Amino acid sequence: MLEMHNISKIYRADLIETHALRDFSLTVNSGEFVAVTGPSGSGKTTFLNVAGLLEGFDTGRYMLDGSDVSKLSDDARSRLRNEKIGFIFQGFNLIPDLNIYDNVDVPLRYRRMKASERHERISSALDLVGLGSRAKHMPSQLSGGQQQRAAIARALAGDPKFLLADEPTGNLDSLMARQVLDLLEQINEMGTTIIMVTHDIELARRAQRNVHVVDGQISDFKSYESLASQPYGAAPAVTVR
Amino acid sequence: MIGYYFRLAIASFRRTPGLTALMVAAIAVGIGVCVMAMTIYHSMSSNPIWWKNDQLYSVTLDNWSPNEPADKKRPSLPPPQLTFRDAEAILRSDIPKHTVIMYKSAGIVSGEGPRGPIAPINTRTRVTTGDFFPMFDVPFLYGGGWDRRADMGPEPVMVVSAELNRKLFGGIDSVGRTVRWNDREFRIVGVMDDWNPMPKFYDVNNDPFEETEHVFVPWSWGKTLNLLSYGNTNCWKPDDFSSFETFLNSECVWVQGWVELPDPATRERMQSFLDTYVANERRAGRFERPNNNRLTDVAQWLKDQEVVESDNRVLVGLSFAFLTVCLINTVGLLLAKFLNAASISGVRRALGASRRDLFVQHMVEVGVVAAVGALAGLGLGALGLKGFRQLYEYTQTGVLNRAGGLQALAHIDGTSVSIAIALAVVATFAAGIYPAWRIGRIHPGTYLKNQ
Repeated sequence: MLEMHNISKIYRADLIETHALRDFSLTVNSGEFVAVTGPSGSGKTTFLNVAGLLEGFDTGRYMLDGSDVSKLSDDARSRLRNEKIGFIFQGFNLIPDLNIYDNVDVPLRYRRMKASERHERISSALDLVGLGSRAKHMPSQLSGGQQQRAAIARALAGDPKFLLADEPTGNLDSLMARQVLDLLEQINEMGTTIIMVTHDIELARRAQRNVHVVDGQISDFKSYESLASQPYGAAPAVTVR
Repeated sequence: MIGYYFRLAIASFRRTPGLTALMVAAIAVGIGVCVMAMTIYHSMSSNPIWWKNDQLYSVTLDNWSPNEPADKKRPSLPPPQLTFRDAEAILRSDIPKHTVIMYKSAGIVSGEGPRGPIAPINTRTRVTTGDFFPMFDVPFLYGGGWDRRADMGPEPVMVVSAELNRKLFGGIDSVGRTVRWNDREFRIVGVMDDWNPMPKFYDVNNDPFEETEHVFVPWSWGKTLNLLSYGNTNCWKPDDFSSFETFLNSECVWVQGWVELPDPATRERMQSFLDTYVANERRAGRFERPNNNRLTDVAQWLKDQEVVESDNRVLVGLSFAFLTVCLINTVGLLLAKFLNAASISGVRRALGASRRDLFVQHMVEVGVVAAVGALAGLGLGALGLKGFRQLYEYTQTGVLNRAGGLQALAHIDGTSVSIAIALAVVATFAAGIYPAWRIGRIHPGTYLKNQ
């Protein structure tokens, strides 16, 4: 379970404070598939970075799978991130000078696993996403959809409880996007909790639950139709000190 | 994990070969210059007979003018050489295990070699007591030195260098053969092995980085043949120089004196002997300056005589300043390289790498660069030293054609390699810590979104 209570996150640059998250509270239960939508600059990605322990927060309380992460050291946060969270990005973020096998190997290396166990997990993750035969390919030798599937394999290899996806289909055509989403649904059915940030209302429809973020806060969600009619591009709350 | 980081470092080098080469070059040039300066400094300042440092003593007495010291820059020191008569007085003492009094001279060597007559060679010569060889642990290829009887005779015997033996006899055992030296027949009793102590501690007054002499003849030949010193002769008193005999009785200093005193008790006895001798001479009207009779060990002797000039220390300082500039450049290049790949580090952070993981990974990469830079620096240092030797090499017609002590002076040895390794370790930390730390501080979110 992921629980955020009254989380605030402020970016400061000189005299300007940008409130990326304000009193942000959200609970995601184990096994859920949640879509997070909202206009650009509304705080969706900041939420994902905080949820993924890539960034800290200023106030509030965050419990991840029963652990209070507020006061953990960098080492402990990294370990928690490595063991419990998998990431999928819009730009795939595969490491260009490592082949697919070695890309999937990265999170397992930081878990200090034995070579035999790593090999087993990598093979199984690549088979799951249908890239078992492409293990020795370099990322540049794969299509966009294949690269995203490789990124999903990398995220799944460590057997995380949570999969955080930031616009996972943003760089893919509709056919590939559908395939990736099918794969995510399949993973969710296997028990992994998925939180997906997206602009795409069609994708959001396929999630079990939708959370709409505006100005760093969760807004009341009414209907997909009302989402569709809401203009994108609303500016985040800004304070000048 | 270190093996994994090493693989990542190699992959990173492949990604940016030009930048990597620049970094290696910056470190290599800095280390090369430092190794070169340090090697020269180390060679110049090392004690070439350290194992006998507590047994070998230079003997100096202050017979100089009552009105001024022998060396105005170092007024506390007595003259670095002895008068002939003081040297002979020291030789008469039976306290030391060995006593060497000697000076630098020269002579023409000729004779019959295995392939016919030998063309005359003007050869640097040392006129010395036979204790020179056992006292300074001189290695021999064939034969050995001579005894005190040969010194006093003097007997027509000589020791030659390995190089002269190669020139005269093609390197064979020439003990027992005769050669002409200063128009007299001398019998070779010993052929030295290659021996070039650097600095030439036993005679630093006459170029401490000159090579060892090629001919050694017994002490009394100097007086017998009226052989003048080819080294420094310093006088302060308007003595009578009308004949060699009167010159020998003058207050001019030109003889080097050394004694071997195996233990502190013997050293005390020798000091007492010198004090008594000077007191007696003072009663006869000599030694008008305050008592300053010294027995100086080799290490202190090299310091007192300022064998390492201050220019060399400045050179070492400058070379380190240059290394610092190279390292600052390397820091800049490393920062550029690491930050250029910040998105990859961001991905690694997202996948579970801690800041420490990234720091170690990048330090391994810096370590590999530094190791390669150190090796290349060692090569550059060796090349630089070769150039240094060639710069100073000289050829003088009639004189044995060698670069003198500089041949032995400027070579890469174990010390140089140790210096390079130590510099590389320091350079690794100095150049790598900040960029490696900095890359761990990036905000991964920025790079993950924008990649």
